[in-house]
Amino acid sequence: MIPTLLTLLPAASADDSSWITFDIPSLMQNFWSATFDGLTFGSIYALVALGYTLVYGVLNLINFAHSEVFIMGCYGVFFTLSFLGFGPSAPNLSVGSIIVNLLLALVVAICASALTAFLLERLAYKPLRKRNAPRLVFLITAIGASFTIQYTIFLVRGPNPEPALTMFKSRPIFEVFGTFIYDQQLIIVIAAVIMMVITERFISKSRTGRGIRAVAQDPDTATLMGVNKEKIIITTFVIGGILAGAAALFYVMKIPSGVQYNGGFILGIKAFAAAVLGGIGNVRGALLGGLLLGLIGNYGQILLGNSQWTDVVAFVVLVLVLLLRPEGILGTSLGRSKA
Amino acid sequence: MYRKKVMTTLAAAATLGMLMAGCANQAAPESSGSAGGGSSKVNIPALTSIETPKDAVLPAGDGKATCPSTTTLAYIGAETGANAQLGINIFNGIQLAINQHNKSNANCQVQFKKFDTEGDPNKATGPVTQATKEANIIGVVGLPFSGESKATGNIFEQQKLVHITPAATNPTLTDNGWTTFFRGLGNDAVQGPAAAKFITGKLGAKKVYLVQDDSDYGIGLGKTTSDGLGAALIGTDKVTTGQKDFSATISKIMNAKADAVFYSGYYAEGAPFDQQLVAKGYTGTFIGPDGLKDDQFIKQAGDASANAFFTCPCIPGELIPTFESAYKALNNAEPGTYSIEGYDAATVLLAGIDAGNQDRSKLLTWVKGYDKDGLSKHYKWNDKGELQAPTVYGYKVENGKIVPIGAIGE
Repeated sequence: MIPTLLTLLPAASADDSSWITFDIPSLMQNFWSATFDGLTFGSIYALVALGYTLVYGVLNLINFAHSEVFIMGCYGVFFTLSFLGFGPSAPNLSVGSIIVNLLLALVVAICASALTAFLLERLAYKPLRKRNAPRLVFLITAIGASFTIQYTIFLVRGPNPEPALTMFKSRPIFEVFGTFIYDQQLIIVIAAVIMMVITERFISKSRTGRGIRAVAQDPDTATLMGVNKEKIIITTFVIGGILAGAAALFYVMKIPSGVQYNGGFILGIKAFAAAVLGGIGNVRGALLGGLLLGLIGNYGQILLGNSQWTDVVAFVVLVLVLLLRPEGILGTSLGRSKA
Repeated sequence: MYRKKVMTTLAAAATLGMLMAGCANQAAPESSGSAGGGSSKVNIPALTSIETPKDAVLPAGDGKATCPSTTTLAYIGAETGANAQLGINIFNGIQLAINQHNKSNANCQVQFKKFDTEGDPNKATGPVTQATKEANIIGVVGLPFSGESKATGNIFEQQKLVHITPAATNPTLTDNGWTTFFRGLGNDAVQGPAAAKFITGKLGAKKVYLVQDDSDYGIGLGKTTSDGLGAALIGTDKVTTGQKDFSATISKIMNAKADAVFYSGYYAEGAPFDQQLVAKGYTGTFIGPDGLKDDQFIKQAGDASANAFFTCPCIPGELIPTFESAYKALNNAEPGTYSIEGYDAATVLLAGIDAGNQDRSKLLTWVKGYDKDGLSKHYKWNDKGELQAPTVYGYKVENGKIVPIGAIGE
């Protein structure tokens, strides 16, 4: 039986000479550009991952609809910038006015994402919480909400991505190890890291942040100590939304034609994986996980020769890390972590 | 509390702004000499007219044809769905052929019926079964896509209903032993070598990088193209459908200093890929097959699309003045990709009806033995149903529009 089945299997692949080969010279040659590109995309993952992590920390809920919170931010960027006259060509504007325009887009994106997150919490999760629904119901609701938003966008905007929006012409600004660093990469990485540091400070220092940590640690006791749990939950969702809105601006900056009804789906899964890799519920973990996931995927595909390996490598590493450290690299608890 | 949050957001936003100001003020080279991209853009002028065969068969015929009033031809393919535009281009072409035929032949009024598959292999069997059961339908133009053609070929075969596809290019379709399947254009086994010849010949590329996606179409065409490229091929990469970030692939291309990139796949990935390549300072040419030849490519790649060339086994019908004006008058739109192929395929069937082949088996025999010029090219099929001398055309992007630049690969 088994030999028969084996003969039925198709030959390994059309060109099976390239099954698994390690291309080390290529990795050496492309190491630095892979690093910078990996960090750029990794910071976008990290910003989105924070949304998963914060909500998980507070509610123990994997908010699968967070990818749609993100994509609504992308639409916010798209509509704002198209309204302001941006199009497929890089605009012929002064630096100052580009900044003003982009800041406006950022504000709209943040509002769109935060509003989506807010409505999601109020319409989908709060009613369930009131009725003490089991955790599985929350998860199914999250998946349902994700599809509902995706296909509502599909019905309104159709299957094709929105036309490309070029914000500015990306230029190399300096050279490191023979590789150019582009202004776009710098803006994304530095701005994302700053936003994450601010978030981390906010959660560890501010009163609201203390409330968030208290609810994450022990919701009942936190309530007894005078923390308004409902208010903390909604704040957490909104913070996640704000970060997703910022991620949306950077994402459209990097991928001008990425605004599509299901455009957040894969990115959402990657960001969720990043959160788990770093330790879900852990703010610093999200940053670390995001950057690592971006880097590992890039190194992996160059080492193994083609882009179809990106996700294989990233997720194999994720599984290996979880085998050794089931709680993720930095551990899981938002409440206990010093963050 | 809330105020503080607002403040932090604003602070982050402001930092972003300042950073950008700082960066953008830096004088930077437009593109660097050391980072890839060799040749300057090749300038091949756009084609303004194409030669049409002098004795091309036209749907009007001699005006003396007679046939039963129930005689019907059908279009089966996408009328709705994500790829509806291609189907609309085709059946508008067919409609034009039938109108011209019926206007000239008062005693032979051929009916035209349309069946919608949405271009989806899973939905195509229903409409095809329905059409094959209608005895009055003696010939079909369709189905446009390879997947749905593969799924329904057997149904046509069982009912002995002749059908000419105006757009499906997967080479293996003619390996199924079907006797009722005819392909009205070149397949990807023709397009690949033609594309390779075009890239290394007319475009003068010395270092070609080939990137393919994970679809049947992309893999098959990638194979035939890379075989044709030979020593000019300096590297390959494979990407996935739905991929949006191509930075690692681009880094390899820039390090290899490629002067041409061939993308074997569809515009959904090809467009962001080209855009990201150009954003990283790539100055060479970008070539894609018919899967990229769509206005969506230009919309999604933006300015970057100016470096793009396309290959397509389709003929630019808009350059045949008589066809263009008649099509425009009927449909209030320019002929699109595969409009002329639909028109020509319908003409082959109409000529058969006019010659007295007015049932399924006679019309099938007629198409098998057909050996005449159509408006777009010569139609003569081999015993598998492939055209004997198909043409592949080159196209380029000029001022944000896709324009033909002539036959390639000869």
